[in-house]
Amino acid sequence: MQQLDSFYKVCYNRFFEFEVINAVKNGKINAPIYLSVGQESIPVGVYSCFPNAAIFAQHRCHSWYLTYGGNPIALVDELTHKKSGCASGMGCSASIHDPSIPMFGHSGLMGDQVPIAVGYALESKKTTVTVIGDGSVEEDYVFASMGFAATKNLPILFVVEDNNLAILTEKYVRRSWDIVDVACGFGLNAFHSSDDPDEISNCISSLTLPALINVSTCRHLWHSGIGIDGPPAFNSYNSYKQKCKILGVEVDEIESKIINEVEKLWK
Amino acid sequence: MEITVAQTISDETRKHLNNGGKLFGQCVTAVGWVGGTIPEMTEDEGIVELPLSDVSNPGMAIGCALAGNRPIYVIRYQGFLWYNAASLINYAAKSKEMWNTHCPIFIRAIAMEGGVGPVATSSEHSMVMRKPGLPVFAPMTPNEWLQTWEYFLAHDDPVFCSEHRKSFGICSEELSNPIQFSSPDITIFAISAGRLSAKEASEKLYKRKNIRCNIIPIVQLKPFSIIEKYIDELKKTNLGLVVDSDNEICGASRSFAYELMLKTGYPVYALGIADKTAGFAPHLDNGTPTTQDVYNKVLEIIAIANK
Repeated sequence: MQQLDSFYKVCYNRFFEFEVINAVKNGKINAPIYLSVGQESIPVGVYSCFPNAAIFAQHRCHSWYLTYGGNPIALVDELTHKKSGCASGMGCSASIHDPSIPMFGHSGLMGDQVPIAVGYALESKKTTVTVIGDGSVEEDYVFASMGFAATKNLPILFVVEDNNLAILTEKYVRRSWDIVDVACGFGLNAFHSSDDPDEISNCISSLTLPALINVSTCRHLWHSGIGIDGPPAFNSYNSYKQKCKILGVEVDEIESKIINEVEKLWK
Repeated sequence: MEITVAQTISDETRKHLNNGGKLFGQCVTAVGWVGGTIPEMTEDEGIVELPLSDVSNPGMAIGCALAGNRPIYVIRYQGFLWYNAASLINYAAKSKEMWNTHCPIFIRAIAMEGGVGPVATSSEHSMVMRKPGLPVFAPMTPNEWLQTWEYFLAHDDPVFCSEHRKSFGICSEELSNPIQFSSPDITIFAISAGRLSAKEASEKLYKRKNIRCNIIPIVQLKPFSIIEKYIDELKKTNLGLVVDSDNEICGASRSFAYELMLKTGYPVYALGIADKTAGFAPHLDNGTPTTQDVYNKVLEIIAIANK
């Protein structure tokens, strides 16, 4: 049952992040932290269609790493600045890197993973997924990269995690256009989706690459750090949990099991 | 028959592409094939024509390198580095130190001058020298270019090759040889097209003023280790000058002069491109210090030293 596997991953991603919050509170982490809480389901939906893809993400990528089989212990070590971390302790939260997935680290220039991912797809001819926010997708070099991917018909999926915020500036303040329209203009297959992993999966399973999917989602925490400004506009995790429960997934048992697992990781 | 720098580059590129390598650039297969340095090959044979998007394009070469290739990335004018440098410096150069992941790209950045305006004029290698992880070379002869290329093939780092259009027609190795007098008055450390001006100035200074200038070419700009040769050469004259085809302010010439002075205690001056904007006409140019510039500078600093 797909929902069982998907719920397990979504749940793991979410409760891993809750433990990161505890680690920050306990002083175990002393660097900028970018948490996926609220957005943890997106990689799960993509994974169900492209489990062997190479990943080029930027900050807020813990969930991508975990979903694609990254070693959680290596992520804990990375976040706590140890040499045994997946990026040898150099990347911390913002630049997760693990060639065994393969997942490639991010330099810190917003969106620069996109042309790099396009070059990777061109050379390797392997399915490549690049992850951007609704803010970084505004970087001009992202457009040229989409255009080139379309021109060369490359096996690449652009995933836009659209939480409507660039730090705290809303989309309507920053732009008058829609990224799906832009991508279609470049000749990409492009769609909007909710962040329900089943919908993401359905959406992209019928796509021919190169393609773009803009996923509406809700960031529950601050852009950086563990703070909260107020209740989230919507809580997709709870909705998905409810849906999986109706479908027969033993969600509470899974949750309890995962909470124990991730607590142990941090001990 | 002697082979020019341009032909050397073209020949080595052809070999590289025949072995599965790739070359990325804008309009590289257009008229002139970048001064005759690109072999007339096709996309199927490894030449990737990129869109006119200077900021995204190096990323595509970086992705290619991460996938296991060793691409050549061509920047037709070094002034375009202002756009191109972002991911070359922040991703390719830092990848090894940051993630222990190699990102071997051979960056051919080509300097030009001669009334080509405020961006296309001059070298810009100092810009990329400021950040870690990127060895920088400025070859001017066929063998020097080959050595730079062989360095790239033997290492896993990206390499920045600061080429100058004035070198493309050179087929002799004469420029590689230091100019040595038995009792020299001054030591000139010369970089890129500055080596041509320094050589001509040296000949004039000797003929007209009986001033003997030793000239030491610097090809590897970074990592810059003050090898004993440079110190020994400086000790012969106790007076030095570094000439470069990049801007003097915050540039390689001043940086080297500073390092040499610290190591030896002798005064070492710098002469690079002046702090002004080049226009689109030959009389408005602001390129590599000319022969006359070097000539005048040497007279000036020798006069100061003699006071």
